[in-house]
Amino acid sequence: MKIVGLIAVCLTGALLIYGTIDFPSWGDPQSPASLHVSPRYIEKTVEETDVPNMVTSVLADYRGYDTLGETTVIFTAGMSCILLIRRFSR
Amino acid sequence: MIAPFEDVVIRTACRLLIPFIQLYGLYVIAHGAESPGGGFQGGVILGASFILLSLAYNADEVRKRVSEKRNLIFCSVGLFIYSGIGAVCLALGGNYLNYSRLHHLLPVDPVYARALGIFGIEVGVGMTVMAVMLSIFLDLASKHEDEGEMTSLGMDR
Repeated sequence: MKIVGLIAVCLTGALLIYGTIDFPSWGDPQSPASLHVSPRYIEKTVEETDVPNMVTSVLADYRGYDTLGETTVIFTAGMSCILLIRRFSR
Repeated sequence: MIAPFEDVVIRTACRLLIPFIQLYGLYVIAHGAESPGGGFQGGVILGASFILLSLAYNADEVRKRVSEKRNLIFCSVGLFIYSGIGAVCLALGGNYLNYSRLHHLLPVDPVYARALGIFGIEVGVGMTVMAVMLSIFLDLASKHEDEGEMTSLGMDR
């Protein structure tokens, strides 16, 4: 059974490494991410949100759903810890 | 439970430091839109100030100030503020979390309403992060009455 696990891990790892071949090189100005959303955020942040910190405007406004999910994850972690390790007096 | 560690130097230093740490945490949350920072970072600083208090005194000292019930309320209210602001935007006719719709409620133009919406959700995130940090720490560092003499975190002398 251990052999099967090892083979599965190696195959998955090889697939993932194979997938990275198609990635644009790091910091490539011609990559799709640098051509569409990034310039728009950089140009329009102050105009659209009146927030000088671009990181915050992307985090809390353009990607607000994502941050809502992150906060939910933290909340769920807290609730799970309360349920699992808090000692309630009986 | 963390064994009481009675050292007058540590206690006095923490007593002096904690208000400034908490003020700094509030500053990081409030200034998240203008400078590096935001709800997550500020919430962690606020939570760390309470953890410092419980290390310098003991966990019960913190529970006296922020009871477990109140801490749980903080946890939930933070997330409620975030999703509530999103739902208010939805009710005002925009998309979920489209803060510019808040200008119907606030006496500001739609662009500045976005900045205010961002500030609102940062406050919510900060509350949740602070309460969850403190809650997890207190749960891990506490022992129940019916457990034996067991000290945690190496705070016994």
